[in-house]
This record gives sequence, structure tokens and C-alpha cells, in this order.
Amino acid sequence: MTALVLLDHESGQIRKAALSAVTAAARLGDVHVLVTGDASVAQAAAAVAGVSKVLHAADARYTHELAEPLAALIASLAPAYDHIVASAGAAGKNVLPRAAALLDVQPIPDVIAIESADTFVRPIYAGNALATVRSSDAKKVLTVRSAAFDAAPAEGGSAAIETVAPVDSADVSRFEAVRLSDSERPDLESARVVVSGGRGMQSEEKFHALDPLADTLGAAVGASRAAVDAGFVPNEYQVGQTGKIVAPELYMAFGISGAIQHLAGMKDSRVIVAVNKDPEAPIFQVADYGLVGDLFEVVPQLVDALKK
Amino acid sequence: MGLLDSPALQVKDVMKILVPVKRVVDYNIKPRVKADGSGVETTGVKMSMNPFDEIAVEEAVRLREKGAATEVVAVSIGVQQAQDTLRTALAMGVDRAILVLSGESPEPLAVAKVLRKLVEKEEPGLVILGKQAIDDDMNATGQMLAGLLGWGQGTFASKVEVADGRVLVSREIDGGAEDVSLSLPAIITADLRLNEPRYASLPNIMKAKKKPLETLQAADLGVDMAPRLTIVSVAEPASRQAGEKLGSVAELVEKLRNEAKVI
Repeated sequence: MTALVLLDHESGQIRKAALSAVTAAARLGDVHVLVTGDASVAQAAAAVAGVSKVLHAADARYTHELAEPLAALIASLAPAYDHIVASAGAAGKNVLPRAAALLDVQPIPDVIAIESADTFVRPIYAGNALATVRSSDAKKVLTVRSAAFDAAPAEGGSAAIETVAPVDSADVSRFEAVRLSDSERPDLESARVVVSGGRGMQSEEKFHALDPLADTLGAAVGASRAAVDAGFVPNEYQVGQTGKIVAPELYMAFGISGAIQHLAGMKDSRVIVAVNKDPEAPIFQVADYGLVGDLFEVVPQLVDALKK
Repeated sequence: MGLLDSPALQVKDVMKILVPVKRVVDYNIKPRVKADGSGVETTGVKMSMNPFDEIAVEEAVRLREKGAATEVVAVSIGVQQAQDTLRTALAMGVDRAILVLSGESPEPLAVAKVLRKLVEKEEPGLVILGKQAIDDDMNATGQMLAGLLGWGQGTFASKVEVADGRVLVSREIDGGAEDVSLSLPAIITADLRLNEPRYASLPNIMKAKKKPLETLQAADLGVDMAPRLTIVSVAEPASRQAGEKLGSVAELVEKLRNEAKVI
């Protein structure tokens, strides 16, 4: 059996979460990957351990991973594959369901465990239940959670690169612009440590109180929906049911009450620390270590103690 | 100035907007897995409109209020009680509603096929959906409908502007935001920050009772609703035990270093 993985990239860099999809796909069979963008992306994909062939959609219409042309291309390549896989990020969730519809397949999103070639485990109800589902479709189209599968090593492979010709699709969409955070910090989804803030951070300005701590720990910075809705930080910081799903070694929650929608995004972290002035905050029910107190006092003390 | 920031773009298109809405377990309710592992308990549980669909309804009603659309039609596919969800949509300002009876929990592929039939009949210029339902968390119906119709899709939308036969959509993506421009007709799926949905006022709830609500059978539309996924089991995830509350920052750092060994 062979699986085709859509290896999504951001400004020419393969997303680390996409490398988790390679690991998941390797459990299902031989792994071919599909990449867009310039030749350097294809070369990076060829070096990923476990990849046996790179399909490079070099045509400019695919560069920005627009769903309309890319889903049509995937559907045209599908006859050679048993499984079509992507990481459950914005690109995979945008493109794969559309490709599935073209193939008359019901997609299986957010897979966290592969039981067999047709049976998968996925969270439902914001992770409050885990459904094991068996697909009767001839082909399986799935997105996988990067928190559930280790990233395949970015080096060590030497796959052949094959350029794939574009296929016709309706010209109905146009890429206009992209605005990416210019953060020096690690990606939320692949960081070893995540420092997150909630409504308790009080303002956009005060949210930066977490910066020295994140710098000290080499951590990514996340946020609850409340903090994003209040405008403290942009949407890409959001951890939760509808934001990013993270499972770092250490997750530190500051001023986050712990709504189930937030817990859905972080409760698989290995160690959880919660700092909140409300001793009854639900976040303490999932935290390994809790500290009741004013985060604006705790954070600087933490930075000092960590530097010792 | 970006396309999305241009002032008062002239709207030439008079169009209809279709808004699919789903009845789900209310987002404030903690879901309980059934003892036999067949699913999540919905009997006797408060049900509401999927929160993302409320955002979709709000966006459609706002576009009509701005003059970018002439009529907003809500549709729900499922059980008879979904008419309550449609009445909520009507109370928020939707003009009329369609209930398609199909039995419980149809899959996104089947829902997308029913919606395609309705789109062929109603000929909307836009279909606005919630990006995902908070029960099955599939995040698929809008993309699948767009694929079946061959229309453009603006998923995870945080801003929508209709102008000159196109719709400009600002999308939430992993690393930030992206703008795409789609020719109409098109599909949009609403993310959290597209708008803040209004509450239905009492007079509008009363008025909604008199608005037209048509009922159809999925079978009459010729759509095969048979599921492709069999639920083998539904289980509670391993629960995390609450840990310990500590007295000081020094104690916390000591635990992280020597007990958890994570720093």
C-alpha cells in the first residue's frame, strides 16, 4: 500500500507538523509526498527520512496551496494511492476535504491513532470523547494531529523527485496576500515548552510580561481564546478546540481559567503548570503543579529563579 | 492599502445567501459518553445552534443589511427538532428556512450532497457555513460543498467583503492570516472572529414564528445518506488527575527541575 502525504510549507519552509504526517503515513505503507513551491521545497522534502518519492507540483498556480487547484491535482493523483494524508493544520483542513469530495470519500480529520488501514481514532466534542471509526470508502483521506505523531527526521532521506504536470481546474480563486507573525520563537505545535496567557493577562501590553519567561525557557507563546478575542495577541496564538493542538513537554498557563475548549488543545501536554489568582479555576483540575497568585508577581520571580 | 481595506466598494450583485445551520449539544454542556460506548449522550441534554453557525448567520444577515444581499435562507439537515435551530436563525434575521429531514448525525459528505441539491434549486451567490461543528469537530462540510460545486472556498474567514462579483476573504492560517479573492458564487466558512452574533430580541423571536419554514425529505432529493464511517466505539479520554498546589515559586522551580525533570 502507498500513501500520499500533502507536505505543506510556509514561505518555502516545510512545516514541522507536516513531518508528523509522514510518520503517520509510514504506518500505512510506502510514503510519497506532494509539495508545491520552488525546487528548494522539493529538495527539502526529498531529504525527509522515510519518504520514497517526491511529487513536485512546480506550476505557479500551486505555490500558495490554494484549495481549488490543489484539491483537483490530488484527486487526479489519487488512483495510485490507498491513503491521502496531511497534518491537521490550516492547509490540510482547507484542501483535503475538498479533494475527498471530488473522490466521493468521507474524510477522517484529526486522527490521533491508527488502528489499522481502515480504522482510526479521533477526538470529538473538543476531545471530551474519543471515537474509533472504520471507513468503508475505497480510499481513506485523513488529517493527523501533529501532537500525536513524532515528526519524521528532516534529514536522512534521498527520495527521487518527479515533477507533476498541472491539471485543469476552474479558475475561481486568487491568492492576494499573506501576513505571517515574524516571531523568532519556536512553532507552537512543535515547541518543547509552551508559555500561554489568558484573560488574566489584562491587555496587549501586559501580555508581553510572558516574553522574558518564554525567552528564558526557549518556549513558544500561546494564548486562550479569551486573550485572542480581547485583542491581546493575534489569532495564530490560540490554543484549543478551534485553535492549535499542542502537547509539549511543559505547558505553563498564566491567567487561563481552563474552559473545556482550551483544555482540548493542551491536556495531552506531559507536564502542566497553572498560575491563577482564582483557586477554583478549572485549569487546576488538569495541572500537575498549581500556584494560586498574581501572575504579574509570579512571572518575574520565575524568571529570576530559572536563571539561578 | 490592501484590497480588504478599500472603502465602500460598490455592490452590483443582488443575491441570495444560503446558511446551513446545525443543532448540536450546547457548548456550555460537558459531553458525556454513553455507557454502551456507542456515542455521546444527547437525550435530555440542552441543544443549541452550533456557535460557528451563529457567526455564519450573523455575517449573512449583516451582508443583507448592508445591501450586498437580498435574501438570507437558512437550512438545517437532520431531525425534526432542528426546526428549533432554524427558528433561532429566523429570529436573528434570516428571511426563510428549509428543514431537510435525514435522521440523526448525517456525515459531512452526505450533508454536502444535500446542500448541493438545494444550491441548484435556490441559486445563491454565497453559501456561508460555520467552519466546524462543535460535536463531531469535522471541519469539512463547506470545503466538500465547494468541491462538489466547483466553487471557490474562503475557509476560516475572519473578514468578508463582497465587491464587483467577487468576495474578498481574510483567512486565519497557522502562521497568521491570508487574503484570497473568489469569484461569485462562492463558499465561505466562518471562524470565531468574523463577527459577534446578535442575540435574538423577544419581538424578533415572535416574528420568527410567522416566517416561512419549508420541510423536505433527504430521500426526495435523491441523496444517499448512508454513512461511510462506522463508529466502532466512543470512549472517554484518559482523565488527568489534578496535581498539587504549591506554596511558592521556589517550590515550583524545584519540582520542575527535580521531580518532573522538565527544565
